[in-house]
Amino acid sequence: MTALATVTTASFAYALRHGDDNLILAQRLGEWISRAPELESDIALGNIAIDHLGVARTLLTYAGELEGAGRDEDTLAMGRTERQFTNLLLVEQPNGDFAATMARQLFVDAYQVGLWEALTSSADATLAGAAGKAIKEASYHLRHSSAWVVRLGDGTEESHRRMQTAVDGLWRFTAEMVTPDDVDDEMLSVGVGADLAALRTPWNERVGAVLDEATLAMPDAAFARLGGRNGLHTEHLGHLLGEMQWMQRTYPGMSW
Amino acid sequence: MTAPTLLDRVVDEVGRVVDPEIPVLTIADIGILRGVIVDGDRVTVTITPTYSGCPAMDAIRADVADALDRAGCTDGEIRTVLAPAWTTDWMSDEAKAKLVAYGVAPPRHGRLRHQPVLCPRCRSGSTRTVSEFGSTACKALQVCGSCGEPFDRFKEL
Repeated sequence: MTALATVTTASFAYALRHGDDNLILAQRLGEWISRAPELESDIALGNIAIDHLGVARTLLTYAGELEGAGRDEDTLAMGRTERQFTNLLLVEQPNGDFAATMARQLFVDAYQVGLWEALTSSADATLAGAAGKAIKEASYHLRHSSAWVVRLGDGTEESHRRMQTAVDGLWRFTAEMVTPDDVDDEMLSVGVGADLAALRTPWNERVGAVLDEATLAMPDAAFARLGGRNGLHTEHLGHLLGEMQWMQRTYPGMSW
Repeated sequence: MTAPTLLDRVVDEVGRVVDPEIPVLTIADIGILRGVIVDGDRVTVTITPTYSGCPAMDAIRADVADALDRAGCTDGEIRTVLAPAWTTDWMSDEAKAKLVAYGVAPPRHGRLRHQPVLCPRCRSGSTRTVSEFGSTACKALQVCGSCGEPFDRFKEL
């Protein structure tokens, strides 16, 4: 393969994985609609979901253009199987209780604030443009998730217990966000991608400060679960896709 | 008197397209409309979303296409750009006044974000945020401590 072809393949994989992260998280958050503990939370989660979906649409459309095989955002979202999705394992984890959803969101928001900030200076103008919009939204999301983690962690005995359980339960999926693979290395070397290793300390500081204020303990480093970037997922993704893709699988190409 | 040019007609028609979620503001007022270029018969209209996932963008794109038809444009293109990222600082004072009249607290300009959010009905500054998220991506829920009125606040971005 020529060097140019390698970079194009990596560019496609790079846009695709970040598109997948946002698509799958949007789908998870959407599951809360009409089920959140209060109306304001219902609206908030719907709003956050739609921000992630917007980022996903931009990135999946761009991934399709980079691939040049005629796949658009819809084909990529609805026409791939579980092993072809390259999202982080964290974003496909079930909503659990409200504490688990807020812990997952805090972890992702703290990561995306750093990721988008880094990508605003990407040599790729489309990624830089998408990141320039997403950074503003991610900062807003982080404020929301941080406030909830503090409120529940520093709340009643029961809310504290549940918040700590949520943090502990999802901790093993957090290292994957800042563990670079070949695609990340390739994209970093050509000035397009973010330096994931450099995001680790700021992530720890952001999350650590919130957990501290929430009177929650930061878990010890756990065995890191990896695999999402290679399409090796937890059992939950298949169920999520089954629901998300059902209509297009049953009636291929149907539209409103 | 000379007949209006294609550019005049396009600017007039596209300039009247309103945001479907906040119909007192045109897309130019909000800063969604970024530019109109006429090159011979070819018209290019550039728009930018407020939020990445703003669901009104599809409706706005369709309304701009209708406006181009009304202007007699036969060769139009609507381009969506993401950079520079939209900011509420692009909103004019006139647009902010229209928002207040509509009952929505306008976004505070960059330098003034430490100032209190004023109630659009009684102008009191003793208001508080009920939820950081509201009826649309660009709004938050606020309530006035003086008159007790709940209202939407256009979020600063």
